[in-house]
Amino acid sequence: MAVEASRTSGILPASAPAPTAASSLPRYPALWLLALFLLILPAFGSDFVLIQLFGWTFILGMIALSLMFLGGYGGMVSLVQMTVAGCAGYMVAIFGTSAVAEISLGWPWWLAVVVAIVIATLFGTLSGALSVRTEGIYTIMITLAIASAFFYFTLQNYSIFNGFSGFNAVRVPQVFGIDWRAAVPFYYLTLFWAVIAYLAVVYVSRSPFGLALQGTRDNARRMEALGFNVTAHRIAAYAFASVIAAVAGVLLVWHGGQISPGTAGVGPVVDILIIAVAGGMSRPIGPFIGALIYVLLRTFALDVMEAVGLDGKRFQLLVGVGFLLIVLFSPDGVLGLWQRWHRRFLAPAAPPARGGVR
Amino acid sequence: MIRTLLAAVAAGGILAAGAAQAQDKIKIGVLATLEGALTTLGEDAIRGMQIAMKQANAKAGGKTIEVVTFPTNASPDSAIRGARKLVEQDKVDILVGPVSGSEGIAIRDYSKTQPQVTFLNGSSGAMETTFVTPSENFFRFNMDGAQWLAGLGKYLVEEKKYKKIAALAEDYSFPYTQLFGLTLEYCQAGGQIVEKFWVPLGTKDFGSIIAKLPDDVDAIYLGLGGGDAVNFFNQYSQAGGKAKLIGGSIMVDQTVLSSKGAAKRLAIGVPSAGPQADVWDDPKWQAWVKLYQESFPPDKRFTSPSLTGTAYYNDFNAVFQVLNAINGDLSDGHKKFRAGLAALELDAPNGKIKLDQNRQAIGTNFITEVVELPNGDLVNKAVKTIPNVSQMLGLDPATRQKIGLPSRTNPECKTSY
Repeated sequence: MAVEASRTSGILPASAPAPTAASSLPRYPALWLLALFLLILPAFGSDFVLIQLFGWTFILGMIALSLMFLGGYGGMVSLVQMTVAGCAGYMVAIFGTSAVAEISLGWPWWLAVVVAIVIATLFGTLSGALSVRTEGIYTIMITLAIASAFFYFTLQNYSIFNGFSGFNAVRVPQVFGIDWRAAVPFYYLTLFWAVIAYLAVVYVSRSPFGLALQGTRDNARRMEALGFNVTAHRIAAYAFASVIAAVAGVLLVWHGGQISPGTAGVGPVVDILIIAVAGGMSRPIGPFIGALIYVLLRTFALDVMEAVGLDGKRFQLLVGVGFLLIVLFSPDGVLGLWQRWHRRFLAPAAPPARGGVR
Repeated sequence: MIRTLLAAVAAGGILAAGAAQAQDKIKIGVLATLEGALTTLGEDAIRGMQIAMKQANAKAGGKTIEVVTFPTNASPDSAIRGARKLVEQDKVDILVGPVSGSEGIAIRDYSKTQPQVTFLNGSSGAMETTFVTPSENFFRFNMDGAQWLAGLGKYLVEEKKYKKIAALAEDYSFPYTQLFGLTLEYCQAGGQIVEKFWVPLGTKDFGSIIAKLPDDVDAIYLGLGGGDAVNFFNQYSQAGGKAKLIGGSIMVDQTVLSSKGAAKRLAIGVPSAGPQADVWDDPKWQAWVKLYQESFPPDKRFTSPSLTGTAYYNDFNAVFQVLNAINGDLSDGHKKFRAGLAALELDAPNGKIKLDQNRQAIGTNFITEVVELPNGDLVNKAVKTIPNVSQMLGLDPATRQKIGLPSRTNPECKTSY
């Protein structure tokens, strides 16, 4: 049990319920209402709400989802997910078209995107292979080191990554006669891929592979004794998570129209961890909730500060305090709050959940 | 309670999108770096904007001016997010910003997708922004990084008699652009740049570079800024460096000269160039410095306005002057407003500024030298002003186009181009 204890205490707060696949069934009415709301949002939301609030939320949510998959089901907190997304974004700019014509190869968009996702997935899998033999804080250290190395490499390499300025004017392609750069098509594009990623994680978490992965999280030694190759399972989990992060990275570079070292700098890398933790690591919907809160805080903190008569320059304070409050009152993020509230008011008959592993 | 708060924040933000826009109001969005390495410059930009707003009493062309600010962190990502929020959510009519180079290029690209909004560059100085694929509704009332060194090359050869120099600069686009401007003029005047050293932005340890600096040159050009510049001065003085130094536009500005420590004494007498000088006996400049000093208490400002403060002040004055001339008429896709901006000759505190056909500033440049004031403060004193500096840098347009854009190796040092 020593292994189990160190793993859970190192990764998830002890009181947080570990995710189980069965809890992800979309049987709640709230989920259907949410789906309906997201589908008809373009009918009344402005372009800003569609692209800048929700489009960005879906993209960050997907990247955080890949971390949630590794952290929640595999017990591996990987800080490399934002870097995988950044790598995919860079590859789209390098193989596709951008304003930096002397580097960009100008391949057709579909080829560039496929190659980008393959390369980013390889990169993420390789990073996973380097870090899976470590536990807890050491995994965080190794993946953070890889992320920083990638950041400094892109910053100083001019022949491939164009250094400090990166690539600008990376356009969303026009396909089937639709301008995917326009607000409504881009919104549905990001929504589509976010839903696909969400369903993929739900599906994989219930598949034999996902169950085995949760087994390695809960007791790696016992899984090994049962004949499972723990290392291979973990690397495969990295590969799967990298695909999600890579797809999000392609959307990210299209969303901003450009990519530069700061896109996957140390700040954004840590932001993804904050999003996943604040949203909740126990279910795949958590990262998306965290991403929405993050986007709202980042976008409106300065306005809120000024509205209540405080110095707008201190807007970071509100962002920090917001996340601090969430984590302080609920170690399992907003999801934990919701679950507790749900239990108290809607399902009083249900027995109180036990901490730790079910 | 937290959820209610967050829900309120979310609802407030989404509802604000629908707020009707009053006809007697003009909204101006401002992008400034209020986090990250360039925070102090962004804050001074805000001060410049606030002074101009106060002077105009928040009114121009018979309309009330409302300002909405968004903080960026000097990355193009954050600038784009900010611009989207200001344009698509707050529905600003005019956007002023950003502060730094790569942000400027990103905003130029974004401006092409928002033809109903007029964009004024804040203080960003990348050459590409207006030199390559300029945008119809993007105006820049400040000069680019290459223009900021105009006049220095000739001054070094003719007045200082520096015939051979080496260059040490940070490895990114702004120092490339600056060295581009210096190289063209210095080499045409007969000077030679024998060696270039590139260090990463944010270098803390210059030991190995200092050991490599050549002895057989007349001077060393330094294209560093902020903390890197301070670190270099400290380490160079500890290493007993004796070479004569030349500064890029942000090597010896107030952020460096007002830092603590004795090493900056190396800066005394260093020639440099830029779009303004701390000490210049022009009455308009002195009035601006006085206004700046009176507007904020000493601990909430620099000794004298920085170039971002002046740039944002100029932008707002340009907007106000044109709005007053056209009675705030922004109809027909800002037609009158844009024509007014394009034709404006701004009588700015740092010299007259007008725009070329790419809506890029043709302005006055300053050759400066660092002097010590009686109270021990170090300041840049104007020794020479160069009027009408354009992006062509004194070359004919065809030759200028042929040379292309700045990079580590471009342009070569040649006596004629």
